Amino acid sequence: MDLANTLPVLLGLACLVPLVSFVLIVLFGARMGKHGEYAAYVATGAILIAFALSSVAMVGWMGEHKPDSAHAEHADGADHTSDTTHAAAASHAGEAGHTADAAHHVSHSDHAKPEYSGEIYPLAVIGTQLKLSISYYIDTLTVVMFCMVTLIASCIHFYAIGYMHDELHEVTDHEVHLRNGHHLVRPGRFHRFFQYLSLFCFSMLSLVYAGNIAMVFVFWELVGICSYFLIGFYFERHSASNAANKAFITNRVGDFGMLIGMMALWGSLGTFTFADTKGADGQVVQVGIFSQVRTEENHFELVVPDGMVRAAAASQVGELVGKRSLTPEAAAAQVAAETPGWREQGFGYWLLCIAGLGIFCGCVGKSAQFPLHVWLPDAMEGPTPVSALVHSATMVAAGVYLVGRFYPVFTPEVLLVIAYIGGITLFIAATIAITAVDIKRVLAYSTVSQLGYMMLALGIGGWVAGLFHLITHAFFKSLLFMCPGSVIHACHTNDMTKMGGLRHKMPWTAYTMLIGCLAIIGAGIPFVIGFSGYYSKDAIIAQALTFKNANPDHAVLFYTAAGGAALTAFYMFRLWFMTFSGPPRDHHIYDHAHESPRVMYIPLVILSVFAVSVGWGIFHLTDLLEQARPAGILTKATGTLLTVTIPNEHDSHEHAIHTAATWIAFGTALSGLLVAVLFYGIRKVDPAEVQQTFRPIYRFLVNKWHFDELYRAIFIHPLLFLSRRVADIDRSVIDPFINRCAWGVRKLAVLDDAIDRLGVDAAVNVTARGIRALGNSLRVVQTGQLRQYVTFIVIGTVALFVLASFVWSYSWAGN
Amino acid sequence: MMNLLTEPVGVSHYLVVGAILFVSGVVCMATKRNALGVLMGIELVLNGANVNFIAFSSPALQGNSGFSIGLDGQVIALFVIVLAAAEAAVALAITLNFYNNHATIDVDQADELKG
Repeated sequence: MDLANTLPVLLGLACLVPLVSFVLIVLFGARMGKHGEYAAYVATGAILIAFALSSVAMVGWMGEHKPDSAHAEHADGADHTSDTTHAAAASHAGEAGHTADAAHHVSHSDHAKPEYSGEIYPLAVIGTQLKLSISYYIDTLTVVMFCMVTLIASCIHFYAIGYMHDELHEVTDHEVHLRNGHHLVRPGRFHRFFQYLSLFCFSMLSLVYAGNIAMVFVFWELVGICSYFLIGFYFERHSASNAANKAFITNRVGDFGMLIGMMALWGSLGTFTFADTKGADGQVVQVGIFSQVRTEENHFELVVPDGMVRAAAASQVGELVGKRSLTPEAAAAQVAAETPGWREQGFGYWLLCIAGLGIFCGCVGKSAQFPLHVWLPDAMEGPTPVSALVHSATMVAAGVYLVGRFYPVFTPEVLLVIAYIGGITLFIAATIAITAVDIKRVLAYSTVSQLGYMMLALGIGGWVAGLFHLITHAFFKSLLFMCPGSVIHACHTNDMTKMGGLRHKMPWTAYTMLIGCLAIIGAGIPFVIGFSGYYSKDAIIAQALTFKNANPDHAVLFYTAAGGAALTAFYMFRLWFMTFSGPPRDHHIYDHAHESPRVMYIPLVILSVFAVSVGWGIFHLTDLLEQARPAGILTKATGTLLTVTIPNEHDSHEHAIHTAATWIAFGTALSGLLVAVLFYGIRKVDPAEVQQTFRPIYRFLVNKWHFDELYRAIFIHPLLFLSRRVADIDRSVIDPFINRCAWGVRKLAVLDDAIDRLGVDAAVNVTARGIRALGNSLRVVQTGQLRQYVTFIVIGTVALFVLASFVWSYSWAGN
Repeated sequence: MMNLLTEPVGVSHYLVVGAILFVSGVVCMATKRNALGVLMGIELVLNGANVNFIAFSSPALQGNSGFSIGLDGQVIALFVIVLAAAEAAVALAITLNFYNNHATIDVDQADELKG
């Protein structure tokens, strides 16, 4: 299979099919069957086609680039006898100054990974620098993401057919109270839901497909607006419309940073594209961002690119260019000669950090990281399939994906910031999840916390670990959201304190949920087999342990990761026990609960199969991700501004560290699980008593660390205050001014009216009157007397003849 | 200046007859108060014109264009006769109607179209 030509087409089609479905539903949705019920089939069919195309792409990829599983084992094994040969190979390449250790790792990664990139359509070329185009960048990560997104989206489409069933006829929204005391009654919006889902799938897939950061940004915003629409799906509810606004505005804050990062990259590197652009003859026309940052001559090590050095050393460059004695060519040559020296002096390093932090800022917003994490829990106002698809599995993971994609650009300092942000988020969200009672909010905080995990993993150098967790998390978290969705569908409440014992009523839901819980806590038999979370969480903890060994100053990150694992186990099983076991707390709800229809629980079963097994060797997931690892990031990297060493990820596969990490992960998860059993499973300890004992802490956690209040005090209130003052200025200055203007215009109009009446109208009237008088005087001639008319005709004719004869004789006959 | 009385009969004589007929018709139209008299005047005018057509179609006035068969005047005269018949029919109908409404055919009574 010719991947270079077929992959862009296959994946591009996979992007476009949901777009077609979206357009069809927008145009004809309301007329598709009764109340638009066939819209669901259109959308589901589209995403199934996309899934099929992605699967074909994956099979093709596996055929061409067999993932190299021996590679990982080699690093995993304790034998490092081959070190010397690698070192020899490296020194043979003329790379002096590398330690043997570094050289060993260079040898792993100094070949470029398989990737395909190209331009589909140039949108605009503005000036000589700004080039916007639709392009693609496909590597293993892209293909894996396509398969993950389409598979989960397909399951969720099916699930949504069942879940959104109520929207097929008129809906009475019990949460909206009208002024007359009634509830809102509105027509169902079944087709609209699927229309947004299709748009979302299109945007998400295109985001992954995109080959330049400008296009990424466009689709980044598109998934944002889809999220806005879907959170605000029940927009008549105040809480929903507020949550939608909150999500959108919070994301704008992050996107502002992302724009700064984009501009820093474009302004200094002159391109948006990831990979090199090649001309028709295979020559590189424009060097992409990644290859400018990590050049092949430099063994893909992170080096501040020339453009950035020159941008930062603008005054020195200006001095050289401005010299009279130098021709422009000579000045350019001198600038090129001086650039390495400037780089040595540290010019441009800051710019590279700012570019990285800017891009990460966008990811903070999208992936709900501290301090912009506040929107995600509120986003649970949307229908549950949306929470499962958009706000846990895919869109929020886009931030993590982008960090993974932009990994080559991040300096060790930026990575440290990413790690700390991830760690803080992980800890805050996990503690809040412990006390939340809204079943979806527990999961929302769990999502935030797991996203923090991924960011932490990426930040400490665990590229594969972080993205591996992204994929496994997508499967078990969508499963974990759909089970409570099923519960909410049955109980019509989100409050866990009203549930209990539901496993007797809804066994499918309860046991698939149990699988999800076990997957998220990383349950498994150490060193034998486990749920998918077992593998990804182990990888993260192992990396954290390596990081701790390399940077004893930053050991807190490791403890956060380990503690987070325990907290995860605790709150997940608290959720499961409160919902599904024990005696029912509210008999009314219990009696009315029922298992969901088959269209809802079959996707649960499918997803639970993947939640269990996606980490197993048969899927080659780690091998595939290992293959997607950007060239050069395996080397140990040391920060220049801060003392931090990002360890080589393969070091975490070492036997001692791996064993320790496995036991730590197992121990923490087990301890969390046991505490949950103690509190909620066998109820040996009464949670209410503990709440009483630690009342201040409990209050603090229930109030979500007071983030909402804090933001209200810091941002919202001052903003409101400011806007009220501005409104006052409006009212006291601008409004009177406008009124005065209006008064003047009115006067002018009166004057104009007078001119019109007295001048123009009068002239017209006089003319009309004259013509009327003329007509009246001519009227006399029209007597109606036939004989008189004949006489006139005769006289007229004779007169004409006489006249003509005169004219003829004087003018024509005259000459 | 030629003397019509001494000349042999030619186009000019015809034209004189036509002119007399035409003027008689016009005078008749302008003086008769009886609608039928007016109609007769119209017939005179038309026939005066007919005589002129015939006169002008005389071979003496024809050029040798080669396309003409030399009957143009006669053909137009025939059209005029047909037109006159049609006109007489319509005019007589109007007159009858007028009589039905006003019990007279005096055209001086028919001044309802005055301005």
